[in-house]
Amino acid sequence: MPVPSDLSFYIDPARCIGCNACVQACTECDTHKGVSMIQLDFIDRSRSTQTVPVICMHCDQPTCAEVCPADAIKRSEDGIVQTARKARCIACNNCVLACPFGVPKMNDAASLMMKCDMCYDRTSLGGKPMCASVCPSQALFYGSREELELLRPNSRAIDSFRFGAQVVSTRVKMLVPKGFAENLLAVTAPLERQAASAAVADPLLANMYEENPA
Amino acid sequence: MAEARPGSLDPSPGDPFGPHAAYSSGLRLDTGVEPDRIVDTHCCFCGQQCGIRLKVKDEQVIGFEPRYDFPFNRGMLCPKGIKRYLQGSHPDRLLHAYERDAGSNGGFRAVGYEQAIERAAGEIKRIQATHGRDAMAVLSGASLTTEKAYLVGKFAHMALATSNIDYNGRLCMVSAGAGNNKAFGVDRAANPWSDILGAEVIWISGANVAECAPITTDYVWQARERGAKVIVVDPRLTPIARTCDLFLPIKPGRDVALFNGILHLMIEHGWIDREFVARSTVGFDELAQSVEEWTPDRTARVTGIAESAIRQAAEWWGSAKTSFLMHARGIEHSSHGVQNVLGAINIVLASGRIGREFCGYATITGQGNGQGGREHGQKCDQLPGARKLADPAARAYIAGVWGMPVEEMPQPGVDAYEIFRRIERGEIKGLLSLCFNPVVSLPDSDYVRRMLGKLDFFVAIDFFLSETARHADLVLPGSLHEEDEGTVTTSEGRLIKINKAIACPGEAREDWRIVQDLARALGRERGFTFSGPRAIFDELRVASKGGVADYSGISWEKIERQQGVFWPCTSEEHIGTPRLFEPGSWNVVAQGNGPFYFPDGKARLNVAAYAPPAEDVDEEFPVILTTGRVISQFLSGTQTRRIGPLLDMDPQPFIELHPRLAAQLAITDGMWATAETRRGRLTLKARVVATIRPDTIFVPYHWPGKRSVNRLTIAAQDPISKIPEYKACAARLRAATEDEVREARA
Repeated sequence: MPVPSDLSFYIDPARCIGCNACVQACTECDTHKGVSMIQLDFIDRSRSTQTVPVICMHCDQPTCAEVCPADAIKRSEDGIVQTARKARCIACNNCVLACPFGVPKMNDAASLMMKCDMCYDRTSLGGKPMCASVCPSQALFYGSREELELLRPNSRAIDSFRFGAQVVSTRVKMLVPKGFAENLLAVTAPLERQAASAAVADPLLANMYEENPA
Repeated sequence: MAEARPGSLDPSPGDPFGPHAAYSSGLRLDTGVEPDRIVDTHCCFCGQQCGIRLKVKDEQVIGFEPRYDFPFNRGMLCPKGIKRYLQGSHPDRLLHAYERDAGSNGGFRAVGYEQAIERAAGEIKRIQATHGRDAMAVLSGASLTTEKAYLVGKFAHMALATSNIDYNGRLCMVSAGAGNNKAFGVDRAANPWSDILGAEVIWISGANVAECAPITTDYVWQARERGAKVIVVDPRLTPIARTCDLFLPIKPGRDVALFNGILHLMIEHGWIDREFVARSTVGFDELAQSVEEWTPDRTARVTGIAESAIRQAAEWWGSAKTSFLMHARGIEHSSHGVQNVLGAINIVLASGRIGREFCGYATITGQGNGQGGREHGQKCDQLPGARKLADPAARAYIAGVWGMPVEEMPQPGVDAYEIFRRIERGEIKGLLSLCFNPVVSLPDSDYVRRMLGKLDFFVAIDFFLSETARHADLVLPGSLHEEDEGTVTTSEGRLIKINKAIACPGEAREDWRIVQDLARALGRERGFTFSGPRAIFDELRVASKGGVADYSGISWEKIERQQGVFWPCTSEEHIGTPRLFEPGSWNVVAQGNGPFYFPDGKARLNVAAYAPPAEDVDEEFPVILTTGRVISQFLSGTQTRRIGPLLDMDPQPFIELHPRLAAQLAITDGMWATAETRRGRLTLKARVVATIRPDTIFVPYHWPGKRSVNRLTIAAQDPISKIPEYKACAARLRAATEDEVREARA
């Protein structure tokens, strides 16, 4: 059965508390027990507790599949980019290097690229992915557009991302504040700006701990 | 006295009792294994008690499934719950009784269970015959089911007839409990968590919600989606503070000053619900007078928070229509923890926002059964139903339920820390402990270790050989959470049912069986012949009847049917009480005079007196040391340090400090640093982050031995609740010496 088209996966990094529930739950999934397909990173722990979970975004035109010389990565009709087929994958690492989101990981022991298939064993039966089920802050949310609108009235979903000259659109959506004007997230823009090297003023941290603030 | 027993600070690497880190293997790693059964139950860790489904294959728990139907967490879990199943079939699991034997590997040798029970009973009889009944002490815990906690309390008060029983909630819930009793006359979260969802302002004081009560995060975020403003008070910018609307970075140990300052501004600006205060409280005038001195300027100077932020918080709190205030150990772990709690309750009562939908107040319970475990008689001054052990009517009623002469019922004893001081004075000679790891969890823990060494006889019930059980003469193999059934009362005051997934392995027994076996071997088995937890619960219902914590209308079936029952629940027809203090509500104390648990039905506003921490900073020790938890670990780590994937998240504790302090001390991120207090020193790696006050350092407390921060913390206690002051003591910090680094690495 295909994954129902009215159900989507949404990521809201603002909610992420860095607890690793997604990472740990992923290792409990029946199809790849013991291996997590999710990565969780601090943005800059020296300045903030902000973390971001990275799951497969399930691109409409997946770069990983496009660069695969063995045609091992398939995108099914329901928009899910499947993990590499064991019989075809030659462990060349092309996908690992090419994915703009940094999702595919090489399992050296198995000589096989493994990545998130949005818990196809669950979602294709109408269930929820493991990570979005357990996420305590619901930074990872799986549901219908109606549920999203009800539960996240201040957010808006974006599914287009720009990395340098490449623009990708995805099945998984990123939540941004409703007032955010763009329909495309320019992920690499800060790197391209000249000012990027200068320290960014941090309104929250500035003078936060002054003893006798003026 | 010199330490009389082995039990080094850190076990050797080849120690058979570990701690070893368990990972999934075998059936647990095989894909496509069909479980024999799936058991709906709850998590074994914190007070939120998330619903979880355990997968069982060949009498082993092999994994979990989200439990979407349980209303509190709807499938959500933190990493501890996800990996909790790895505590089962663990290489360190105690499968036999053990007795101390210096010649054996690990210092213990296996003995037959019955032989161990006979020996324990013989030693207990000898100690009580020689030194009196009170020479035998019991230390228990709030991770036990309520049935077990009730039975242990009954065992101490009836079978041992000792005054000396207390429990590890002394480290956890007692400041909140004492404050709630003083203000409301009852000790329970006033509201279900669903009342968070519609609050306009959410005030979180001293609660690292994201790491210690992770599921509550979703409630806070969901309220925020609906427009709530979130105020977080904490010395550290925790994950929940990161996206709050107002962060008040308070100096550790100054919370009551902030609450008094907020109340001062509420009065000044007329943000007081005068009608509610007049109708439903007493004590306002005296309280108002007491906060006159807490001007914004003085509050800012004492708390270290900007005056503008204090004014903003007061305005949001003062002018809100609905609100929810939560606090946890951050304000409670203090030598004036009860005053901090009273300060918090005062701003709730003055606002009039309690006892209604989306108007709430709660302490966030720490342990799994932090609520139920503090209601039914394992506290030193308590009898079942949250009755007072010193109350003649309560004594008579419970003696009647138990069938014992009331004159044989002991008088109230002392708190858990004082039990160790009584060991020092030679008044206590024997100890039975279960579900409590004071060697890691009590402050100034080198003292605690020395006192365990002074005992004539120490018997521990444990499932792993905890750092405390290592000091025992005899260890009886108890049960893991998934090996028994019973009830637990969650943070919300909701009773839920723990279901048994597998049987105890080897010679291990359910803890209630062990307690009953001890009673039988002591020749005091009358009252200890329950067939199981259900029979214990049925007696508890009767014992709690008519008390404040009245469970008499609750059955296991009702719990299952309703997905939990909130106490008080006084009859079969009664659905329970999700929200306390509703206008017009009846309770056993007020008898219809008002919603609060005092004879006149009114809440008490208490003057909340400020005092700095017992040990304030000075020139010699100029930095505040505060302690707390990390997401991957639970309490003293007996379970979570044995679960590989959790240990890998935080393999070691660390010293967190601000870059400004780090620059002064020439300490850089990742460098070994040594923290010292008047009690001890500790060398750990530094974590230099701008998310902590520059005058404060933080160390998580889950680790034992040379990595244990509780060797540094102070045993100062609140005069009312007797909670230790974990959250503030005076320390100094420096780069570690080469010798210290070598020792820390070893």
